[in-house]
Amino acid sequence: MNALVIVLLGGAVGILSGMFGVGGGFLTTPLLIFYGVPPAVAVASSATQITGTSVSGVLAHSRRQGVDFRMGMVLVAGGGIGSFAGGFLFRLLQKTGQIDTIINLLYVALLGWIGLAMARESVRAVLAAREGRKPPPITTKRHRKWIAALPFRWRFYGAGLYISPLAPLLLGFVTGLLTVLMGVGGGFILVPAMLYLFGVSARVVVGTSLFQGLFVTATTTLVHAVTTHAVDLVLAGLLLIGSVIGAQIGSSMVQRVRPERARMMLAVIVMAVAIRMAIGLTWQPDAIYTVQAL
Amino acid sequence: MIARLIKRGRTGPYPHPAARLAYPMGSRVGVRAGAAPKQGPRRLFALIAALPILLGASEPRLVPDVSNTQVDIAYSFTGADLLLFGAILYPGGRAPSPDTDVAVVIKGPAEPLLVREKAKVAGIWINRTSERFRSVPSFYAVATSRPLDQLVSPRTAAIYEIGIGNLLLSPANGASANEQARFESGLIDLKRRNGLYAEHVGTVSVREGVLYRALVPIPARVPVGQYTAETYLIRNGHIIAVATRPIRIGKSGFERFVAQAAETYPLLYGLAAILISLLMGLAAALGFGRVRR
Repeated sequence: MNALVIVLLGGAVGILSGMFGVGGGFLTTPLLIFYGVPPAVAVASSATQITGTSVSGVLAHSRRQGVDFRMGMVLVAGGGIGSFAGGFLFRLLQKTGQIDTIINLLYVALLGWIGLAMARESVRAVLAAREGRKPPPITTKRHRKWIAALPFRWRFYGAGLYISPLAPLLLGFVTGLLTVLMGVGGGFILVPAMLYLFGVSARVVVGTSLFQGLFVTATTTLVHAVTTHAVDLVLAGLLLIGSVIGAQIGSSMVQRVRPERARMMLAVIVMAVAIRMAIGLTWQPDAIYTVQAL
Repeated sequence: MIARLIKRGRTGPYPHPAARLAYPMGSRVGVRAGAAPKQGPRRLFALIAALPILLGASEPRLVPDVSNTQVDIAYSFTGADLLLFGAILYPGGRAPSPDTDVAVVIKGPAEPLLVREKAKVAGIWINRTSERFRSVPSFYAVATSRPLDQLVSPRTAAIYEIGIGNLLLSPANGASANEQARFESGLIDLKRRNGLYAEHVGTVSVREGVLYRALVPIPARVPVGQYTAETYLIRNGHIIAVATRPIRIGKSGFERFVAQAAETYPLLYGLAAILISLLMGLAAALGFGRVRR
């Protein structure tokens, strides 16, 4: 295994992480597996790496008042519950041998949906800018009925919202579940969900997403270290060296790149991964037989 | 590369005190007492088949050696070539016979495995059926001086498990023989593709019936554990001497320390992992902040 390749891989993913607030796990995990790292180790170590990447990202964003800590804490609470539930589900699927298929289907469905939503929105914004019109507002429906119907509303000042904490709690739970199942930080769910479902102010979306990822990936690291012993510190450390530097580059780039262009880029990356996954499911696999140690 | 490995092999410690006991310096090769008890009835047959070797003093014996009894997998590990060499000693000053063949078998630790078979269901490929195998060698490489079918009879090859097709994988499900064979070939094909099962025909050279040497490649992705290198001396289709050497494949240095810590103190290890990644992230953030200002 070439240490430099791992560092460069971490660096490339780190740039994306800093730019978009995605942990990058949805790219790190498959790339590591292609490189020959066992899937369990790839998932666990990429979670550890995301913890480190998130620190620099959270600090960078909080310096610019880009984190809503109240919203973040609610998301973290939901994420904690979700990661334990995810651990239980993971073991159940592992026993029946369907974990790989479920992971693939989850990737296709979620990435496809999010990629399309972001692409549609960013294309509209780019076209509007070209015709000299004011870009349409990012959040089309500021008040969704089912979210507004939830009880105990709180004020989230950073996010500019007055909604029930139950909505972000549920969102945190779902991302916590996905952190364990897919080895991702959950940013690629959190960012669009906060933007399009809740209508969180775009200024705090990335920072708050990184804040949640920081704590939930730390919990996942601990869960994996204790149950699967699959956390590889050396691997995670090498990835980190690349990705913390990449994240800094990315977070300074995001101020120079026009936001609708950046979102379009992310949409293309997300859709490419989704398409690759979908094709992988229907093509006859390279290996009909797989083994699992008993 | 080889020179370095050889040096390490000589000076390197034996992996386990028990292993040293099992192969004392002056022992008669062929008396493989250490291997018999744990290998089941098939080994017993092998021992009975080898009885003439044990009794007759006129048969030649093997003096085997391995370039390295310890293979370390560091982060830069891209595979190694294991050099197996040795001498064939003929008792009573008999002339060496030129029609001597040698087969070398390197085996990794056996493990129970569940093999799953994918099938197309509703347009996508998912795991449908599975079969359990009780003892699957994690690594198996055989090097021979001639093609295997010219070397020994199929029966002898089966008894000694020489050749990938002769491995005894012990399927444990009550599936039909047909199905078992299908899963078995699927498993072997998978292992072959990963380079974990290999046959190297004609790679053992025997010089004047006295010296032999074989170069067996060990791929980068081998599992760690206690390996054995078995050397078979073959003449006229019969195995006339057997010798075994242990090889330990493990992770070395910092790698090894980390791997051990992960097993022994999982909670501390997990906390350390979080702490390290937090500190690295923090250091990078502060470092970059200073550079920019």
